[in-house]
Amino acid sequence: MNQYINQMLEIKKLHKSYPIGKESLHVLKGIDLSVQAGELVAIMGSSGSGKSTLLNIIGMLDEADEGEYILDDVPIKNLNEKKAALYRNKFLGFIFQSFNLITYKNALENVSLPLYYQGMGRKERQEKAMFHLGKVGLTDWAKHLPNELSGGQKQRVAIARALAAQPKLLLADEPTGALDTTTSYEIMDFIQELNDEGKTILIVTHEEDIANMCKRIVRLKDGVIMEDEFVNQVRASQYV
Amino acid sequence: MFDLDLWREIFQSISKNKLRSLLSGFTVSFAILLFTLLFGIANGLENTFNSFFKDDAQNSIFIRPGKTTKPYKGFKTGRDIQFKNEDYDYLKENFGDKVQYITSRVYKNLTASYKNEKSSYSIRAVHPDHQYLEKTLVYDGRYISAKDLQESSKVVVIGKLVEEDLFTKTLALGKYINLGGIQYKVVGVYRDDGGDNEERMIYMPITTAQKIYGNNDYVDQINLTYNPAMDYDEALSFSTLLTKKLKDRFDISPKDQRAVRVRNMAEASKNVNLMTIVISGVVLFIGFGTLMAGVVGIANIMIFVVKERTKELGVRKALGASPRSIVMLIMLETILITSLAGYLGLLVGMGTLELIGDSLKYYFITDPSVSTNLIIGATVSLVLAGAIAGYIPAKRAARIKPIVALRDE
Repeated sequence: MNQYINQMLEIKKLHKSYPIGKESLHVLKGIDLSVQAGELVAIMGSSGSGKSTLLNIIGMLDEADEGEYILDDVPIKNLNEKKAALYRNKFLGFIFQSFNLITYKNALENVSLPLYYQGMGRKERQEKAMFHLGKVGLTDWAKHLPNELSGGQKQRVAIARALAAQPKLLLADEPTGALDTTTSYEIMDFIQELNDEGKTILIVTHEEDIANMCKRIVRLKDGVIMEDEFVNQVRASQYV
Repeated sequence: MFDLDLWREIFQSISKNKLRSLLSGFTVSFAILLFTLLFGIANGLENTFNSFFKDDAQNSIFIRPGKTTKPYKGFKTGRDIQFKNEDYDYLKENFGDKVQYITSRVYKNLTASYKNEKSSYSIRAVHPDHQYLEKTLVYDGRYISAKDLQESSKVVVIGKLVEEDLFTKTLALGKYINLGGIQYKVVGVYRDDGGDNEERMIYMPITTAQKIYGNNDYVDQINLTYNPAMDYDEALSFSTLLTKKLKDRFDISPKDQRAVRVRNMAEASKNVNLMTIVISGVVLFIGFGTLMAGVVGIANIMIFVVKERTKELGVRKALGASPRSIVMLIMLETILITSLAGYLGLLVGMGTLELIGDSLKYYFITDPSVSTNLIIGATVSLVLAGAIAGYIPAKRAARIKPIVALRDE
């Protein structure tokens, strides 16, 4: 890895517990993780390992009890809702397992939504959204509603939407979980291309083949990092 | 601040979720519609009640002479009691402070004619105060004046329907009509809310009638209104006093119920007022209930709407929507829908009242209508209730962690 690229993500001694009745469930037990710009990291673990909690904290959808979290040199702490919304919009792009497109908005409108929340003008918004739709190869589908698209197309719209705000970090929560193998590899191919262009991407997955398409695998178990290794990336293009 | 993009979002959300929008709109429309109809009909009932008593002043006392039914002070049973001008003067002199308006009446039935038109009418010969007692509304010319009485002028004030009967081609004012062979000048034309019969009367100065039709000073009836400052009990004791004094004056047995009849409207109008209050109370209660039902309905729908949109709101939050923009989105949509729907309900309600209003006369409902202010007030409160009902779940939705909203499947 190129050590001169700046630090994208720095996590130190992160703890998080959830109250369950009178007891408290210690989910993350001191996570240390740093990710450089341009990395493609898979976070693996069985359910209950804390991988989703970690992603939520990185995505500012949840706050840690203890520990430090620095994102692109900005310490993330004591966030109020408004600030969290602003940071999410500025720093982060989300890709979900179930796509989470807004059903009554067409592909173009879905992609331009984060730009709307950036306060961008309508015309500029549409131009930008169109550009990103073009990047995922869906220019012709711009006016279609999500239910007129296939699963792979939906996920590509979701990726275009995540890219539209030009985030520093892409967070993908089981991006291929709802897709068949062929389509999963298509999406992974696309994610790898984005990474080649320099995007930093974090993928939560429990599929080994998907994890092996990343450059680094972080394995979580019972709230601690068991293993953190750099791997030889399997290119998805060979399967497509 | 007008945010075109925000409104675009709202319009899209409304038009793409028609069922949801229709549902919330329908609740509000229906509540306002019911409210309007209910209030309209209740007002109609009240109007009917009032119209029964609108004819005469509510503080009227009517005094009519009759026949004695008991012997007294050497007089036999069956004696006719006859009022005269001096009795009118007596009442006016002795009870002046308690009397507001007072008039005598002499009744006649005469045939009136103008050119070829001819018809028979009731004539009331009266004092000028009669106008206030009977609530006669002179809209053309003037009423009988004190000067007319002094000079026993041959003038008449005729009802609207008399004018319509006799004066087919011209206005009556200033023309002369023939009453039993004598020419009278029409000096006024009037309306009366008491109905058609009241508008088919002819009024003339009492002195004129006494001079021409009998050459005496007889009076058929004396009407007066008591001082409105008197309360109900005072009014009743006043009419009891009048009865007693008149019986003394005509040597009538205190136990004779027929010889002089004094009818006090205070009793009747007290009952009517009570009835009106009861009706208003019932209407207010039902109207308030309808409105509350509407509020509960819209509140329920708002909770449902927010629940249904939880996922969408979670996506919006993940994409950088601030909590405030989420709340605004929901609230403005609610306010827009409820305002439009409320307005629609208001229009339909008022239109219905207008359309069926006249056909309800048979059911004792006259001119059912509602004040616009009341209905707008009801609509505004429903819109506000919807906004508040929407605010709480919207606020909660805005606080919900996006990840929870997104996992919710």
